[in-house]
Amino acid sequence: MSEEIVCRCEEVTREEIVAAIRQGASTLDEVKQRTRAGMGFCQGRTCRRLVAQMLSVYYSLPIDRFLPGSIRVPITPIRLKLLAETAEGCVDEELPEGQL
Amino acid sequence: MERYDVIVVGAGPAGLGAAIEAGRAGARVLLLDEHDRPGGQLFKQIHKFFGSQAHHAGTRGYAIGQMLLQEAAEAGVTLGLGQRVWGIFPDGSVTSTDETTSTRRWGNYLVLATGAAERAVSFPGCTLPGVMTAGAAQTLVNLQHVLPGREAVMVGAGNVGLIVSYQLLQAGVQVQAVVEAMPEITGYAVHAGKVQRAGVPILTGHTVVQALGDSCLEGVELAALDAAGQPIPDSRRLLPCDTLCLAVGLNPRMELAAAAQCELVWSGPLGGLLPRHNARMETSNPHILVAGDLAGIEEASTALDEGRMAGLGCAYKLGLLDPAVYSRRCQEVQDRLDSLRQGPFGARRRTAKEEVFFL
Repeated sequence: MSEEIVCRCEEVTREEIVAAIRQGASTLDEVKQRTRAGMGFCQGRTCRRLVAQMLSVYYSLPIDRFLPGSIRVPITPIRLKLLAETAEGCVDEELPEGQL
Repeated sequence: MERYDVIVVGAGPAGLGAAIEAGRAGARVLLLDEHDRPGGQLFKQIHKFFGSQAHHAGTRGYAIGQMLLQEAAEAGVTLGLGQRVWGIFPDGSVTSTDETTSTRRWGNYLVLATGAAERAVSFPGCTLPGVMTAGAAQTLVNLQHVLPGREAVMVGAGNVGLIVSYQLLQAGVQVQAVVEAMPEITGYAVHAGKVQRAGVPILTGHTVVQALGDSCLEGVELAALDAAGQPIPDSRRLLPCDTLCLAVGLNPRMELAAAAQCELVWSGPLGGLLPRHNARMETSNPHILVAGDLAGIEEASTALDEGRMAGLGCAYKLGLLDPAVYSRRCQEVQDRLDSLRQGPFGARRRTAKEEVFFL
């Protein structure tokens, strides 16, 4: 049987998440910090609920006790150059070649 | 500096409904969507809708989409397409990117209509090429006119799984089986009947144990579930297929609402974690309203009317509708929503919604 990947973005397996929970991870953030599950391109949109379900089973607590974990801006990946431009409210001027 | 009366995020039926009502009342409305064309999932819906005349019963989803786009244009709504919203800030600004620039715009009121994302399920082999969500298969077949494969197995006998199975059949894919973990079919009987009459078995009380294949999907191993929901070992069997579609439910896309500090609540029947809201679609943030699947997984028709409710709310808050008109229009929308939330399926959603309203 091939391995079971729970977080596709960071290719974290069920086995790795189970190990993290057994070692004491008790929140989505703690699982993330140990395994990187939920830290990839989709920012946990796909695996957040699966990991929460695993925590819910392990601790015999309702799943909503573990959701949503930390969600903050930017909610989807964005290039740092664009992030910086938006922060300054300036998006029209092209930066001179070679400056970034 | 771009400033609008109302910024709507998401141009599916809910977002279009909100933009149309606010625009008609005279608000300056910007409607943002990450895709290159508006309409959300409507343009994938080639089947006829149910409901009453007021909800375009008997009309196919994409035709309803075209009507709504026309109404939005007439209401003077500005469309911002190909704009992926990545942030909402306490000053009322919304930031979005088209991947080459990033823009910050300000809105007095925001309507979040970000919809839902298909729920994932994991099993060994679930990342093999050929395993995809039902919505992805539907996009391939109905929008891009590409077959996902020749022989498919569908996981989930809810409405999405049943409708997409039928549309795969129509496109010429051989659907081997619909696999459902629950002891009974969870979608409408009319959808299940169409699939069953085409000769597709619906295996209730079954699950996918693993997907098999070297470099891409070659088959799935199924097993019957015992009363405790555990696979029965000697019931395991192999079904060859090159496509496995997953239709195991939807999650409200609450990330923007969460980032904007809207209070979230849990509702199992409505799909999980969603922004707390009242019957007028107002959230815990006085400048943010919600509508559609983000406010609880329902249907396109309810999403459209929830959007209209949110749009009317924005117009009223902006002083563009007098209280008597606002109250009458809201009652009209509420009556339509109530009529959609009838019957065994609808009543369950109505009860769940009312629980959210009073949380």
